Amino acid sequence: MSHATTQVMGFEAALERFDPVLGLEVHVELSTATKMFCGCSTEFGAEPNTQVCPVCLGLPGALPALNRAGVEAAMRIGLALNCEVAQWCRFARKNYFYPDMPKNFQTSQYDEPICFDGWVDVDYDTPEGRRTFRVGIERAHMEEDTGKNLHMGGATGRIHGADYSLVDYNRAGIPLIEIVTKPIEGAGRYAPEVARAYVSALRDLLRALDVSDVRMEQGSLRCDVNVSLRPSPEAPFGTRSETKNVNSLRSVERSVRYEIGRQAGILADGGRVHQETRHWHEDTGLTTPGRSKEEAEDYRYFPEPDLVPIAPSREWVEALRATLPENPAVRRTRLAEAWGISDREMAAVVNAGALDLVEATIAAGAGQSAARKWWTGELARVANERGVELADLRITPAQVAEVEALVKSGTLNDKLARQAIEGVLSGEGTPAEVVAARGLAIVSDDGPLLAAVDEALAAQPDVAEKIRGGKVQAAGAVVGAVMKATRGQADAARVRALIFERLGVDG
Amino acid sequence: MSALDLTRLTAAQLSELLSSRTVSAREVAQAHLDRIAEVDERIHAFLHVDTDGALAAAGAVDEARAAGDRLGPLAGVPLALKDVLTMRDVPTTCGSRILEGWRPPYDATVTRRLREAGIVILGKTNMDEFAMGSSTEHSAYGPTRNPWDTERIPGGSGGGSAAAVAAFEAPLAIGTDTGGSIRQPAAVTGTVGVKPTYGAVSRYGLVALASSLDQAGPCSRTVLDAALLHEVIAGYDPMDSTSLAEPVPGVVASARRADVAGMRIGLVTELGGEGYQAGVRQRFAEAVKILEGLGAEVVEVSCPSFEYALAAYYLILPSEASSNLAKFDGIRYGLRVGDDGTRSVEEVMRLTREAGFGAEVKRRIMLGTYALSSGYYDAYYGSAQKVRTLIQRDFAAAFAQADVLISPTAPTTAFRLGEKLDDPLAMYLNDVATIPVNLAGNAAMSLPVGLAPEDGLPVGLQIIAPAMADDRLYRVGAALEQALFDRWGGLLIEEVPAR
Repeated sequence: MSHATTQVMGFEAALERFDPVLGLEVHVELSTATKMFCGCSTEFGAEPNTQVCPVCLGLPGALPALNRAGVEAAMRIGLALNCEVAQWCRFARKNYFYPDMPKNFQTSQYDEPICFDGWVDVDYDTPEGRRTFRVGIERAHMEEDTGKNLHMGGATGRIHGADYSLVDYNRAGIPLIEIVTKPIEGAGRYAPEVARAYVSALRDLLRALDVSDVRMEQGSLRCDVNVSLRPSPEAPFGTRSETKNVNSLRSVERSVRYEIGRQAGILADGGRVHQETRHWHEDTGLTTPGRSKEEAEDYRYFPEPDLVPIAPSREWVEALRATLPENPAVRRTRLAEAWGISDREMAAVVNAGALDLVEATIAAGAGQSAARKWWTGELARVANERGVELADLRITPAQVAEVEALVKSGTLNDKLARQAIEGVLSGEGTPAEVVAARGLAIVSDDGPLLAAVDEALAAQPDVAEKIRGGKVQAAGAVVGAVMKATRGQADAARVRALIFERLGVDG
Repeated sequence: MSALDLTRLTAAQLSELLSSRTVSAREVAQAHLDRIAEVDERIHAFLHVDTDGALAAAGAVDEARAAGDRLGPLAGVPLALKDVLTMRDVPTTCGSRILEGWRPPYDATVTRRLREAGIVILGKTNMDEFAMGSSTEHSAYGPTRNPWDTERIPGGSGGGSAAAVAAFEAPLAIGTDTGGSIRQPAAVTGTVGVKPTYGAVSRYGLVALASSLDQAGPCSRTVLDAALLHEVIAGYDPMDSTSLAEPVPGVVASARRADVAGMRIGLVTELGGEGYQAGVRQRFAEAVKILEGLGAEVVEVSCPSFEYALAAYYLILPSEASSNLAKFDGIRYGLRVGDDGTRSVEEVMRLTREAGFGAEVKRRIMLGTYALSSGYYDAYYGSAQKVRTLIQRDFAAAFAQADVLISPTAPTTAFRLGEKLDDPLAMYLNDVATIPVNLAGNAAMSLPVGLAPEDGLPVGLQIIAPAMADDRLYRVGAALEQALFDRWGGLLIEEVPAR
């Protein structure tokens, strides 16, 4: 801790003197129904140690049996990241003792990853506009997750000072894909933005592949950020720190920014950056040292003798390649052009998690503007209110398009349409059924409207007098009364016309 | 039935008496439990006798037979299970203190197959701790003694299974063979032991010593009995990724065929010369003559890389073992030492492993940890894997010239207890002829070919077949056995002195 007193250097000052190099390691929990090497459920949030068996508990004698769905997900991720898929690869044992590791080794991959040597383009915003950065992918490999230690008693919930510890092995054996970037060089002052954009793009990609929940807050996507500094882009890499516990996109960006400043402070002071693991603290925006890696740990990797090698056939790889969805960034650009909307408008749709839904609604016949309006407006509000995902609402894109068609044909106005949607969401049936059951159609038949208009005029003789005197804007009050009397089902324009007709004035 | 001692019968004979309902499974089980009670205090073949479980299983077989159910040929035949295979709710120690008191919550696939076949499991047999040894002296629960001479070792690691069969405590047993742990005990106890092709018998529930070498197999007093048991335990298992999907070769049919006419039998020049006891060489040579007399063509084959087999084995085995045995840390099951509330989890793990493991286990964990260390991996583990490939090539070349290979199983007959305990290298040399088979994944059998004239102790002959040609072992073994029985006027094991 010789540099505990060193000042963290300001970001701008740090960049004047140093060139940052990043490396990101992302662990993705796959959403396979069962674990990587046994048939236990992977459901999140179960009672501790209820989703375990001899295999994932590592009981003496138990053996792993490979989950084919996990291997396929790994290959699809690799293909989506433009990686090569190995023609032959093996698992390896990573040996180290830790109570959350049932076997005291992790079944992982070492020098023979299933996917390697790829890239992904990520977009990030600068004051000069949007830019694209190509992030190289070193490898994507398969491994199993560990259990979770819970430290009980004590003040901090951490191991030091705890009275005792419990281990929950439900997570042990859940399939993980570790995706490692090549060194990210040349991002300069935008290194924090590029890091964030990479994780964000990766998250979109994994979501589009439907291989993971990618919920950073639940730990199904975990990010370790490696940062090092060097005096110039020509200099060799500096000593890196590895920051763990970076559990949101914002934290990715902030932790890179902080580490650049921290390391710059040390180096400018003539100090030496320790190769170590550091922990990110969301609340304070600081990193603190964890396990020191000065003495490199020796994991004694060797090929896992309990699992046979994986040799994916070219046919298998090509069949998986054919299942890849369109790259999310490419798709966004394509759809924005097709719909004629701006980047900003598209961002609103994406941020609301509504892209698939809007696209489907347009496909079902709605206009792009109306489709976007419904999903990012009224429906997003309801979803937010109920604390659910948009896609989990009980209304289909086709039903939204149907409501919109009723608006367009004049059967519903905006207010009635919202009532129709509310009816569908409450399970009252299709939009047509809700409109019929609730009697929501606009009333444009003059008979009942005339009676309502007469009644409203009679109730407000002073207003009627003003209108007769030429104050046509006073008609609004009468229109409101008529709308109220007809429970909003009147065609407001027709009501206005009838009022003027009744009073003999020109509208 | 008083004239008939049920414990002297082979499994095949018991099978006939049981299926004709001449005897009940309960009677057979009780006779063997009585025999265990009578002799096991001196032999110490068993670590745990499951009296209640055995009688209940036997009773269930009798009921099923009475109800007219179709039963397998070994239904009601008793068996001794090596304590390295899990058996639900029955103690499984692997001969180690560190697993004392552990009752597994699940059956090994082998155990499940035995139960499904109606085989009555009498109990769990003694072994060198975690199957590391060639004498069963490394058991934390005391050595097993050889029924031929209780001052001598019964071989290892599966000395308990071999001794149980040799002492008529069980007609059948299950062993496991990582470098000879079925075959060498069979040789020194005058019994039959088979290491099937790697992957032929599921390893699920076999507490791993060295995953790439371990294989469970049958122990018996005759070749046919071994074949009957082989058919029960072999077959594909989705729980074991290294399990073979190919159909099990017809080993029982081959044992009944017992015919070697026209077969080419290869003598491995590197196995059997210098360092082999005179009586072992003599009995082996006689057996070769018998095979020739039966119409086999005997050829000499050379396997030059076998010279490096022992060295490669003692790098690969400890490497895998150091990792396989890491799970024994006192956190989840078994022994826990030093957990008094003041110590860290790392200290408790260290104290537990220090107290729970014996000297030989620690020796091999340290060897393996060293061999896998960064900077040494290529020189040790990497080189050993290359030797393994060379040995596989030697076998491939030899099998191009011969249908099976033969050698003495072990260089010597049973040695005295304590004789090699302080000399690990001398102990390791016991397996010099059996280890190449494990490194290559082939199948092999040991069967008795007589007593060494100089000490009157059994000598074993090893037959080696290519992977997935286990049936050849039984064809050759049964033919040789028949000729020997004719010469002896019965089973050699009948002469065992232990009473």
